[in-house]
Amino acid sequence: MSETVKFTIDGKECTAVKGQLLIDAAADNGIYIPLLCHMRDLVPAGSCRICTCKVNGRYMSACTTPVEPGMNIESNTAELNDIRKAIVEMLFVEGNHFCPSCEKSGNCDLQALGYKYQMMVPRFPYAFERRELEASTPKIFLEKNRCIFCKRCVRLIKDEQGRSIFAFKGRGKTLEINIDKKLAANMSDDLTMKAMNACPVGAILKKEVGFINSIGTRKYDKEPIGSDIEKIHQ
Amino acid sequence: MSKAIVATASLAGCFGCHMSILDIDDRILKLIELVEFNKSPIDDIKTFTKQCDVGIIEGGCCNSENVEVLKQFRKNCKILISLGECAIMGGLPAMRNGIPVKECLEEAYLGGPTVGLNSEKIIPNDDELPMILDKVYPLHEIVKIDYYLPGCPPRADLIWNAVVALLTGDTMNLPYELVKFD
Repeated sequence: MSETVKFTIDGKECTAVKGQLLIDAAADNGIYIPLLCHMRDLVPAGSCRICTCKVNGRYMSACTTPVEPGMNIESNTAELNDIRKAIVEMLFVEGNHFCPSCEKSGNCDLQALGYKYQMMVPRFPYAFERRELEASTPKIFLEKNRCIFCKRCVRLIKDEQGRSIFAFKGRGKTLEINIDKKLAANMSDDLTMKAMNACPVGAILKKEVGFINSIGTRKYDKEPIGSDIEKIHQ
Repeated sequence: MSKAIVATASLAGCFGCHMSILDIDDRILKLIELVEFNKSPIDDIKTFTKQCDVGIIEGGCCNSENVEVLKQFRKNCKILISLGECAIMGGLPAMRNGIPVKECLEEAYLGGPTVGLNSEKIIPNDDELPMILDKVYPLHEIVKIDYYLPGCPPRADLIWNAVVALLTGDTMNLPYELVKFD
């Protein structure tokens, strides 16, 4: 039997299996900690830092921190929410996020976090970097303007032999997401959909399915991101 | 109470935000009780005739004329509101921002597939034309902006709630469904 541990998040008593990642443990206890790079069962990347919490008074990313007995975690505080909002704003000014022309609009996690934190305008100046749209593979548009470098696709999407279809190229300011064109040519429809759904923004789009849901029926039109997690345990 | 004076303008926008202002339906009758319009496409007054309380601007700044109009608004309005994505972040016109202006103009007037009629290969350069800027600027990068209403267009209820809250001093009602970026 695996050991059960008790800890608190914003004063609420929670239980989890020892060693479970804080972000997953919180979700199992009905508490939504915002995330962009994390996916359950994937090796944590800890790249976006939007899940930053205070664990026993210290800043920690919830997606890389295993729960320990007696942990005192702060998540939904004015200070942390402002840090998270600032991260969302930085992502909006760093890439070129033109929501009105994006197929992912309404189903986009980054946009939904903008709504959650009521981002009316980013506090930082826009960068407007020139980035390319890679449209030469048969099933996928890879829109580099929108990539937020969460590395979900790199970690999750593999062909039958376990080879990565997506990869990073460059470092720092020149970092960009790339697609292996040969492997991408053989992607099944299911794998393409999986890639599109894993992408938290509109950087990976399956061709010929754009704007399939009308405004008002999309994922985040009526309910804020994380409501599904918070509802389960009400 | 005397009526508040409101001015509006569309810079590098599509007038969609102004359409959304009209989308307040029958509340437009209440609006007329609350405000008096000055310079605005709604009443077709072309120049400021008095100091205004609120200026509402849609669209970003893509040329020298936009900048001039925006500065006039700042001078003549106590409060300026950025209305819609283009005013807030440049919007769709700002999709050219990563591309040098020369390249954009050459594509539009010389190299693009629809330039057949431009047999003399002229890029418009008449002195009467406003000068195009190196990129499309959000309004707050040029003058101070007091409030921002996102959306493409901003929902009519968002505009209505904001204007009423501003004029009455009440807290703004801001339900989740109203703050959208598309």
